[in-house]
Amino acid sequence: MVRFENVGLRYGMGPEVLKDINFSIAPRSFQYLTGPSGAGKTTLMRLVLMALKPTRGLVNLFGQDVSRLDADTLTAFRRRMGVVFQDFRLLDHLTVYENVALPLRVLGKEETSYRAEVVELLRWVGLGERMHAVPPVLSGGEKQRAAIARALIGRPELLLADEPTGNVDPGLGRRLLRLFMELQSLGTAVVIATHDLTLMELYDAPRLVLADGHLHVDA
Amino acid sequence: MHEPDGHEHEHEERALPSNLRRDQPLVPVDSVAGRALMAVIAILTFLAALSAGAAVLAARASEQWRGAVANEMTIQIRPDSRRDTQSDVARAVAMAQAVDGIEAVRAVPKAESDKLLEPWLGTGLDLVELPVPRLIVLKLKSNASPDLASFGAALRRELPTAILDDHRLWVRRLSTMASTIILSGTVVVLLVLTAAALAVAFATRGAMAGSRDSVEVLHLVGANDAFIAREFQSRFVRLGLRGGAIGGLAAIVVIALLGWLASSLSAAPEAEQLQALFGAFEIGWSGYAAVILVATVVAAIAGLVSRFTVRHYLRILA
Repeated sequence: MVRFENVGLRYGMGPEVLKDINFSIAPRSFQYLTGPSGAGKTTLMRLVLMALKPTRGLVNLFGQDVSRLDADTLTAFRRRMGVVFQDFRLLDHLTVYENVALPLRVLGKEETSYRAEVVELLRWVGLGERMHAVPPVLSGGEKQRAAIARALIGRPELLLADEPTGNVDPGLGRRLLRLFMELQSLGTAVVIATHDLTLMELYDAPRLVLADGHLHVDA
Repeated sequence: MHEPDGHEHEHEERALPSNLRRDQPLVPVDSVAGRALMAVIAILTFLAALSAGAAVLAARASEQWRGAVANEMTIQIRPDSRRDTQSDVARAVAMAQAVDGIEAVRAVPKAESDKLLEPWLGTGLDLVELPVPRLIVLKLKSNASPDLASFGAALRRELPTAILDDHRLWVRRLSTMASTIILSGTVVVLLVLTAAALAVAFATRGAMAGSRDSVEVLHLVGANDAFIAREFQSRFVRLGLRGGAIGGLAAIVVIALLGWLASSLSAAPEAEQLQALFGAFEIGWSGYAAVILVATVVAAIAGLVSRFTVRHYLRILA
């Protein structure tokens, strides 16, 4: 589903922040992406999302070399992925409901066609009472859940979550982890970027460890 | 995330809150910048619409002048102590009547032509001593083009004191003036449209730069460039339509007000002069249509330019 071969990335003329990255993500797999803060976890996720272009190496997504993708295919690929950003990236002028419905709205779907589905998901992540609120008045945990709901609403084949338990108490963290595991069992490949060791101990899964710009797989 | 069957679906629908906010614009609406842009568009539309109205007014007025003036000619008989002016007038009238295409010939009686001089010379003056030229007014048949050159030449041969004034110079000058007004009106409209386009382009760039984050989020949740461009475009079209409507409406009100003022003051001598210059000071349906057209074009330009700017910006981002 995702394959990186000898991928390197540098910003401008600076040193390489990611060097010789090799890994792959299989369909329906579950893995952690870990490493110390600043190791490049978010950068690696942005490479998978095609929000950044690698300076060298080969990135293969859904069986295609991303360097040769046209804009339409790129959009189509992004629609097959869900992403939870570390800083949530919710749109502040939209309500929680509108934020979560966004991936369906950009597909051009009628609001009535997805309304029930979005409300159901919001209730499921415990935001049923907060769907009219705008992000600035939400707590960190609520934003987190809204961001997760937005990533899930399009039923992605690949879910990328950047520190999804960073802002929630351990109890909710465990609930969210269970949610991700359930998703995996439903057929979604899940990658969770985290440096939370207790979280990774709760559910054993292969770890992609980033350190000094290099990545190794800790199975 | 199960697919509810029909019955459950119905139940879910009932349980949904009825007051969900829907379809908010995805692009954050910066109301201050939006209102400022709308004001700029309204002002520009107002100016452009007034210019277009003025151009239409000038075009209509010049048509009226040309129609009125070109249908009339005068023969001037200068007084000459060696000649009998009265018989010269009679001879000229006879010659004019013989020309094909001249409908009516009228020698202006001396009393009448003296009266024309009153405003300059005052009343109570005996004009018998003054060498006042006599006038003969010729009315041309419409759509006829009499051979005026040979008539003028014959007149000069026969009566050295006669001058045929076919008003052509006058008409030419009026036409030139009218064309200048129309041309400047058109240039002003074009300039204003360009200014409106630039204002919208800058405002769109500003809005895009201000919502760069939103644009990236939209991209990452699967929006394509066309969708994002539509979101921005619809907002700017709305602003353009509102600004254009306000400006156009203001221009129509001003033009109508001026027309009303002109007609209500028509008793005054100034109004008569104004009326002579601009006709009835009415731009008619074509004028109002031009105003509405300008407003519509401004709105369309707002939409097109914002779309183009967004597409360009998105290409840079990619």
